[in-house]
Amino acid sequence: MSEQLDLTRLIFGRLTWEAIPYHEPILVWTFVAVALVGVGVFAAVTRAGAWGYLWREWFTSIDHKKIGIMYIILGLVMLLRGFADAIMMRLQQAMAFGDNLGYLPPEHYDQIFTAHGVIMIFFVAMPLVTGFMNYVMPLQIGARDVAFPFLNNFSFWMTAFGAALVMVSLFIGEFAKTGWLAYPPLSGIDYSPGVGVDYYIWALQIAGVGTLLSGVNMIVTIVKMRAPGMTMMKMPVFTWTALCTNVLIVAAFPVLTAVLVLLSLDRYFGTHFFTNDLGGNAMMYINLIWIWGHPEVYILILPVFGIFSEVVSTFSGKRLFGYASMVYATIVITILSYLVWLHHFFTMGSGASVNSFFGITTMIISIPTGAKIFNWLFTMYRGRIRFDVPMLWTVGFMVTFVIGGMTGVLLAVPPADFALHNSLFLIAHFHNVIIGGVLFGLLAGINYWFPKAFGFRLDPFWGKCSFWFWLIGFWVAFMPLYVLGLMGVTRRVSHFDDPSLQIWFQIAAFGAVLIAIGIACMLIQFYVSIRNRHALRDESGDPWHGRTLEWSTSSPPPAYNFAFTPVVHDNDAWYDMKNRGHQRPLTGFNPIHMPKNTAAGFVLAAMATVCAFALIWQMWLIAGIAFVTLIVSTIVHTFNYQRDYHIPTEEVVVIEEARTRQLAALNG
Amino acid sequence: MANALAISTMDADGRPIFHDATGAHHPENGTLLGFWLYLMSDCLIFACLFAVYGVLGRSYAAGPTGGELFDLKLVTINTSMLLLSSITYGFAMIAMQSNKRAAVQSWLAITGLFGLAFISIELYEFHHLILEGAGPQRSGFLSAFFTLVGTHGLHVSFGIVWLLVLMTQVGKFGLTAANKRRLFCLSMFWHFLDVVWIGVFTFVYLMGVLP
Repeated sequence: MSEQLDLTRLIFGRLTWEAIPYHEPILVWTFVAVALVGVGVFAAVTRAGAWGYLWREWFTSIDHKKIGIMYIILGLVMLLRGFADAIMMRLQQAMAFGDNLGYLPPEHYDQIFTAHGVIMIFFVAMPLVTGFMNYVMPLQIGARDVAFPFLNNFSFWMTAFGAALVMVSLFIGEFAKTGWLAYPPLSGIDYSPGVGVDYYIWALQIAGVGTLLSGVNMIVTIVKMRAPGMTMMKMPVFTWTALCTNVLIVAAFPVLTAVLVLLSLDRYFGTHFFTNDLGGNAMMYINLIWIWGHPEVYILILPVFGIFSEVVSTFSGKRLFGYASMVYATIVITILSYLVWLHHFFTMGSGASVNSFFGITTMIISIPTGAKIFNWLFTMYRGRIRFDVPMLWTVGFMVTFVIGGMTGVLLAVPPADFALHNSLFLIAHFHNVIIGGVLFGLLAGINYWFPKAFGFRLDPFWGKCSFWFWLIGFWVAFMPLYVLGLMGVTRRVSHFDDPSLQIWFQIAAFGAVLIAIGIACMLIQFYVSIRNRHALRDESGDPWHGRTLEWSTSSPPPAYNFAFTPVVHDNDAWYDMKNRGHQRPLTGFNPIHMPKNTAAGFVLAAMATVCAFALIWQMWLIAGIAFVTLIVSTIVHTFNYQRDYHIPTEEVVVIEEARTRQLAALNG
Repeated sequence: MANALAISTMDADGRPIFHDATGAHHPENGTLLGFWLYLMSDCLIFACLFAVYGVLGRSYAAGPTGGELFDLKLVTINTSMLLLSSITYGFAMIAMQSNKRAAVQSWLAITGLFGLAFISIELYEFHHLILEGAGPQRSGFLSAFFTLVGTHGLHVSFGIVWLLVLMTQVGKFGLTAANKRRLFCLSMFWHFLDVVWIGVFTFVYLMGVLP
């Protein structure tokens, strides 16, 4: 009997029917909704007979463009989940005063704010940023793919499966109740004995491996695969920011990996890194995680600065003002981002001199950032500005982000920080820079590069609606939090006693509703644009009169991007080509060497996820089998030496002649 | 960049050329740079573990200290195993340059044996410590010690598996360009672990027995 029990435990670990939260009505209804949508999507794909197509052309694709698009779709889907969490919190805080306890019990509320932060950073902002770097950067440098195309596919699936683990935690077990950085000792085994923190750890480890490998991949691509003539100081600014971001990724993510491993050791093996007894030191965790965490902020914002640079210069019809200063500002921010981590916990009590050092380095970052703002303004100055949707997001960003930056400098003053630490003022500040900076930039990028990826523009009317609802919604939702923070209200509280605060939370909730309308407008924009795609079609491949090489191809670009590698003379390479009368070559095509699609990335990432799930539930047998299978499959994969093929000349000729006819029809 | 310069950017009349019509441009293979970047990221993991050891290295929690636990003779023998394995890997690479497959295989095998000896001695040491009641759960110091040294040991074990796979592949497919590149990557990995071990030996063991 006991042997049988042991076997059950070996296979199922601590997973029992109790783990399914059927007694929580909110989760049951969420599950019903998710299941209905899932069944609907599944049925639709099956009816269209599209599984084979999706598998061959997308899931196993090593084309950087398709991987980029998959990253962006992942980010947008997770944005809906992360926002659902946000509006639930706003609703709870707007009603939970005095006798009214709101509709969320504290243990559920705690999971929601943790999931919101984790999802928004790791599974919304990161996939979107990585998606843009994947899609745009190789085109901008005149390359045919990234340096390691298989690795790229694997990285995507690791990120996607990491997101899947967070989603699974909603319906099987629970998520962490610790806040998005899972500080010990709260996240230690004594205070969080459940599976929540383990879901957190393994989701981030899986996705983190993907991010790190993608970082290595992008750096090598930029260093080794630029078109002839493109020296470092002729790279487009977006590519520069992508380079700096990926350097930050390679230099920061290992720290996250290490610190999460140490936390796992504390939880699984009873070591004493971050415990309160036997020599552990919890503040060490907080130092280490912010040594990753602060560069992470710049990992998100730098590429977005690149997007704004491309948009401002294109829509002002001018060369970017101060290209060199833009590049140096980016590099300075990259370096300084490692010297400021302690400003996240001035209250640790490391003394006046240490706090002053980190306060001053933090304030210094505003100098290169300010230089960038002035560069964008001077680019617009005396330009012929076109206020298309990407430009609206850019202007909205400049206004919003500067306010967020100034409150950041305010928080960099240690005495002020002592009063505002962990208050809603801080929450307002970082949403001000992440929404007003990162998110606005990503939405600008979606509107800017969508026609390149799909061959038709996004509908401008719904795009403008989305912009205005987002912009106004953001200000209405977060300005009250500044006020509340100054009054001393702290973060992560699910119930309040002082009724005089309620009005501010109600205003903030109204702002969140406006943002919800903004998101709805974006979804309508996608729907309307796809429906009207013939009217919105762009045949030229260059709908905005762009300046960089991605606009020199057809929309969407062929699988090989460029039939002939471009030769670059200027940092606005495509603008230079148009200006000096380049002729598109019509003959003399050669076969093109390309990597083959492979299922290995998907399979390996799936096995890693099974292993992680088994470790979360302590199903040791399954974890062991999954791990061994993972290693063996990886080894088997290395025995495959035939990973590439040549696109024959005839196929290139067919594609290029179709493009020639398309352009002739357009000009004739 | 050598490639990029080989392509002319102006034609005979001084007009700019915008396309590489000859197909002469081939981006360089980036595997070695990519692997080097990966090694640097791995180095940062070790940097974190060293920093953690630096913080917790004297948090004995009234338990045993490094001076009481470490057997420097044993660790010195172990260190020499790893250093010798680096030299023999170097010989394998020299043999590879002159395309001597049998010599490459033999030197790789010897390298693997030295690696195996290193891991065995380390496991013996760990086993002994745990039996003495000085396991990783005993104190912050021992947690940091086992994790830093154990992570290095895991890397070496992984390196041995990789070595076996490569020996199979060299046996099966010969010293092809792809296999040479792989041998080069493992070479970097192996020497990197050696460098990390020098740090472990110095900071953990030698300085650990200081009062």
